[in-house]
Amino acid sequence: MAVQIEVNGVACAVAADGDTPLLYCLRDDLKLKGTRFGCGAGHCGACTVMVDGRAVQSCDTPLWSVSGRSITTVEGLADDRIGRAVRDAFIELQAAQCGFCIDGILMAVTALLRADARPGRPAILKALERNLCRCGTHVRILRAIDVAIERLAGGVQ
Amino acid sequence: MSAALPTSLEANPRLDQWLKVNADETITVFSGKVELGQGIVTAIAQIAADELGVAPEQLHIAAGNTDIAPDEGYTAGSQSIEVGGAAMRIACAHARSLFAEAAARWLEVDVSDLMLARGMFSRKGAPAQSVGYWQLAGAVRLDVPVARVAEGGPRAASLTGRSLARRDIVPKLSGAAFVHDIELPGMLHARVVRGPDHGAHIESWNREAILALPGVTDVVRSGNFVCVLALREAAAVKAAQAARKLVRWIPAPRRPAAGEIGSVLKALPAESATVHASGQARPGAVAIRAAYSKPYIAHASIGTCAAAAVLAKGHLTIWSHTQGAHFLRAQTALALGLPAESVTVIHRDGAGCYGHNGADDVAFEAALAATRSGRPVLLTWSREEELAWSPFGSAGAVEIDAAVDGEGRVSKWHIGIWSHTHVKRPGWGEGINLQAAWEMDPPVPEPLPKDMPLPAGGGHRNGIALYDFAHQQVDYHFIAQSPVRVSALRSLGAFANVFAIESCMDELAAASGQDAVAFRLRHLADGRARAVIEAAARRADWRADAPGGEGRGRGIGFAQYKNRSAYCAVVAEVEVAEKVRVLRVFAAVDAGHIVNPDGLANQIEGGVVQAISWTLKEAVAWDEHGVRTRSWEDYPILGFDEVPEIEVALLDQPGAPGLGAGECAAGPVAAAVANAVQHAIGVRVRDLPMTPERIAHLIEAAD
Repeated sequence: MAVQIEVNGVACAVAADGDTPLLYCLRDDLKLKGTRFGCGAGHCGACTVMVDGRAVQSCDTPLWSVSGRSITTVEGLADDRIGRAVRDAFIELQAAQCGFCIDGILMAVTALLRADARPGRPAILKALERNLCRCGTHVRILRAIDVAIERLAGGVQ
Repeated sequence: MSAALPTSLEANPRLDQWLKVNADETITVFSGKVELGQGIVTAIAQIAADELGVAPEQLHIAAGNTDIAPDEGYTAGSQSIEVGGAAMRIACAHARSLFAEAAARWLEVDVSDLMLARGMFSRKGAPAQSVGYWQLAGAVRLDVPVARVAEGGPRAASLTGRSLARRDIVPKLSGAAFVHDIELPGMLHARVVRGPDHGAHIESWNREAILALPGVTDVVRSGNFVCVLALREAAAVKAAQAARKLVRWIPAPRRPAAGEIGSVLKALPAESATVHASGQARPGAVAIRAAYSKPYIAHASIGTCAAAAVLAKGHLTIWSHTQGAHFLRAQTALALGLPAESVTVIHRDGAGCYGHNGADDVAFEAALAATRSGRPVLLTWSREEELAWSPFGSAGAVEIDAAVDGEGRVSKWHIGIWSHTHVKRPGWGEGINLQAAWEMDPPVPEPLPKDMPLPAGGGHRNGIALYDFAHQQVDYHFIAQSPVRVSALRSLGAFANVFAIESCMDELAAASGQDAVAFRLRHLADGRARAVIEAAARRADWRADAPGGEGRGRGIGFAQYKNRSAYCAVVAEVEVAEKVRVLRVFAAVDAGHIVNPDGLANQIEGGVVQAISWTLKEAVAWDEHGVRTRSWEDYPILGFDEVPEIEVALLDQPGAPGLGAGECAAGPVAAAVANAVQHAIGVRVRDLPMTPERIAHLIEAAD
């Protein structure tokens, strides 16, 4: 009953029930802890990963639905030109307080910038519609996203 | 020089409780103040590196481990720089002076001829011949009482005042970093099987059926506490839900009915006292009587509470995001009947902590599960538990009866505050404040609530206005019983009290035909208080005659947190259509001598956003059967599309003591928004939150 998925470029066979949320397969079976549990209902975005380059809440995504797909978690961001630029900008601007929501936000933003290299503010806000931050780091997060966009447009890596 | 030592040093008086020199050319400092997402570990490290004359990368910091770190009480109340930072500065300066004396003997020079950089002492102008802390470690005794030494002495350029990057951010953006991510050998995942409400009793349960649920390895029951254990986390989550139907509960006693906060609070028995009185009231040309309120508010952290625990060879080790590792150890030991030395609590980062959340509760639950099952356990709460089983920030109701005389000065100020305790932490007061300890068999009694006295205050925190009023009377009506479980949430009673005081100041200014900024300034002699108000007003381009109405407006709010910590003034600009939208916020803060400006700015920005969320959107709902707000759909918080632009001005005070700043923005923000709404649409909002329904109702009533 193992389900085949590709995670951060590596082929994996996950031996779990097909209805197991992808979140727990990543955390328990693959020991990728950067994908975080926040609500289990797809409301907060702490568990956001990329599935074939699109942002998906892994807490309410069953394993069977991603069979054969390519998944990227925060641990795989360093191998992605866009993901690396986004993460670097967040670190440079210290766009985190407790940091619990940030990994999911990095994934949502990376997915957005893969689809649209120069999103305006409305598109950015739309992409973050399902990400919550309780510490109130929003202003810095938005600034870091702007910096990442500028860097990527300027070709600086 | 002869000033009393910070409380942290009185409790941990030996120098070796604060630091040790390592053979690998590093120094480890021990701190009782822990990382809660506020950046304190970085700031404490900056202070320590600064005083020791080492580079930040030569310094390790070990915080919140009961085996090795000093007991500094809770990491709370904006005290970590004020008290923890001050203690660390004194201890490290003392250590540096002892090592400097040893270095002077080694180098055969006078102490005054020494210089110090990257932990190496040398003669001024002759850096080639040098000796480091690590070579001198054998010659310096650290098992001595910490003493204040003269400021100065040899040391490298100051790190204080520089925006060093946070030590914890890169790991948190890289993968495993939180208590939730711990993996112990043989570990099981645990989930609590909750009853319908606090205080419900188990009538019967089907243990065999719970054990037969898929993936369940074990089930632990003690009294009314039940949890399931499973090898796979997903199985534990599912089983805990399914098991709810396999336990029959006798409902808890009914709670006081919900309603408007002012009526709910005043219907409960209160213990009343006048906590401050000065001057004589005089009737004025203008009089205002107004009632304000703030509801119960949830911590609502993005991550849920979690803890790991293992019992091995009779020793219990707990990994927890607690704010008070030593208190948690003592309370856990007491509740489980273990000697305190058989328990170790090790702090691990959790999601954002804004006060007494469920961190201690879940740690004790993990300890109970680990000791009863004999297995290492990681217990994680669900979203529902996070929102409905953590303590809430207490509600508050405030009434102000005030007058302004013909000269335009306040001649009467009588304020009454109704609230509960704002501190029901484990270790605060008598008894054991751990939820599962009240549910286990045999249960320990839930202690009676006791509030924090002034000058810090709990429900009456910031209840005394900082203004130079000719008359001021403050009555506190302490209400022991609360319809929902309450304890400390960022700023405690200051949020409600500053909201009320600063709203009323605007009402008085308007009624007496005065500008809100000028009215405040004429009642303030404190130069630092004036400076933050003036700075915020200047940044916001404040004009006394700015036209309001037509849905846009601006307002100001001010307070000195606890009347003794950081000063903060906030100007908010709002737009009111169907709902209130905060467009821009200007905050000016005086936190004394600033350690890390960017870290401080981050705390203020966060405090502003969180306070806007409380002000506009948040209220815990309950009925006779329990808390009703159990998901993000029931308890919405401010989203990315609702966040204003924020400008923070920091008024540094080099050489002055650091003033706690993490909570200072909360009250001023609520008042600034309320005052801006009044300016925008001519309606005064006195009850929070300012939901579209409330605003619509007030507009209707005004027409």
